[in-house]
Amino acid sequence: MNLMVSAIGQGLLWALLGLGLYLTFRILDFCDMTVEGTFPLGAATAVTAISHGVSPLLATLFAIGAGMLAGLVTGLLYTKGKIPSLLAGILTMTAIYSVNLRIMGKSNISLLGKPTLFNGRFMASLPQYFDSVAMGIIVIAIITILMVLFLATDYGQAFIATGDNPTMAKSLGIHTDKMVIVGLMVSNGMVGLCGALIAQNNGYADINMGIGTIVIALASIIIGEVAFGELTLNQRLVAVTLGSIIYRIILLVVLQLGFSANDLNLISSVVLAICMMLPQLEQHLNLKKSILKGVRPHE
Amino acid sequence: MSKPILELRDVQTVVNKGTANETTILKGINLTINEGDFITIVGTNGAGKSTLFNVIGGNLGVDAGQILHSGVDITKSSEEQRTAFLARVFQDPKLGTAPRMTVAENMLLATKRGERRHLVHRQLKANLARFTELAATMNNGLEKRMTTATGALSGGQRQALSFLMATLKRPDILLLDEHTAALDPHTSLNLLHATNERITHDHLTALMITHHLEDALTYGNRLLVLQNGQIKADFRGPEKQELTVEKLYHYFED
Repeated sequence: MNLMVSAIGQGLLWALLGLGLYLTFRILDFCDMTVEGTFPLGAATAVTAISHGVSPLLATLFAIGAGMLAGLVTGLLYTKGKIPSLLAGILTMTAIYSVNLRIMGKSNISLLGKPTLFNGRFMASLPQYFDSVAMGIIVIAIITILMVLFLATDYGQAFIATGDNPTMAKSLGIHTDKMVIVGLMVSNGMVGLCGALIAQNNGYADINMGIGTIVIALASIIIGEVAFGELTLNQRLVAVTLGSIIYRIILLVVLQLGFSANDLNLISSVVLAICMMLPQLEQHLNLKKSILKGVRPHE
Repeated sequence: MSKPILELRDVQTVVNKGTANETTILKGINLTINEGDFITIVGTNGAGKSTLFNVIGGNLGVDAGQILHSGVDITKSSEEQRTAFLARVFQDPKLGTAPRMTVAENMLLATKRGERRHLVHRQLKANLARFTELAATMNNGLEKRMTTATGALSGGQRQALSFLMATLKRPDILLLDEHTAALDPHTSLNLLHATNERITHDHLTALMITHHLEDALTYGNRLLVLQNGQIKADFRGPEKQELTVEKLYHYFED
């Protein structure tokens, strides 16, 4: 029971990462590797600020700002510097590693005994693991509603069009470069927020905590899509969060099978690869048909 | 005498500058487009027709010369800035619409062509009736697919939608780059009729590139022959009416 609650809580908190990446990966059609750096950047910023006596809320806002800055750098490299999207993200991500070490001064900072967003009076009153569930629900609800509202504005529609067909967007006077930069900033701001929350939830920031985050983010997006099929845009945003929770439950099951936490990145990649190959597998093996055949009586 | 809406003065463009492949595509184009002109443009492949459109549209820079819109120099203004008065329909149906957005959403985007877009609600429902009515004028069932993603439309419907979007907000200049070339003969004819009707009814100023000499003769009040980066002939009014396919064909022979 506790493990399940913990998995749901983790799923909700990590869903932010998926939602952030959804903006770039699915809507802008931009595979943004920056998140591998932005996630620990958010964590490093928040944890360092808290350990210097900054209030957890303000520290979390710093983390969002730092994330947006990272997004801005990738955006400028891509739009003004004409560096391919993948490489622009990798460059920023690599640079952020050094920035994180500068911010933290060492490779690991603990928050032991320090205030966090999770040990406020309300959060502390909740039973174990329910604090992350509560925090996750609050943050995800706010972010999802903001995204739904944003995407339904004139600006948001222009944003979607930029990712969908940049040639058309330009021919309608949409400044696609600006849209890409804004999208990367908002997306990385969300990833920074996610890093800050996870670090406060875990009670520490580690220089290596970003490794594999892009796979986790993609997994929540893809699992959500595979599990729920054809959806409207708004429903898809909710599906990302559900996908993130399903992913955590899959991890839980796998760990129960006897794998160690050291295998997590391997498992993440395998889960994502399987999910991405499902449509192909279905085509070749006729999965649906053979499954249906198995449950239908012979005629 | 109608007033000039767009002027090109000795416009030249060079590609692959500074390399062995340096080529001058437009070699000094002088063209005055008057309000209400419907100009058809013919010419061999590589004559510079598409380059001319790209130069007018602003996605290709000018190496010499000047472009004026209603007397204002716009040579240096960007593609995005020019969309305030200029609309385009591309040859490829895929280029003109956003495939994952619905027909109505695409039309909504087009109503704000060249305008700043704000963080205000898009008001799709309030516009739906007007959009549906407009879609019905294309006579191809587009009005029944308002909430379909455009990626699921036929090429003809997509191209009709692209044309509608280009004219939703009245442009000073409409550029049609072989916009019916990718369609079957019947669909192509349908769209050409609708195009002609819209342009003459609304007195739009339009430039249309075509490879069909008959179409170039049938439509419009002016015909340009582009050859080797220069305007070889410019037939207007009665002069254009007397023109035949045979006479026009001579320009393509050497």
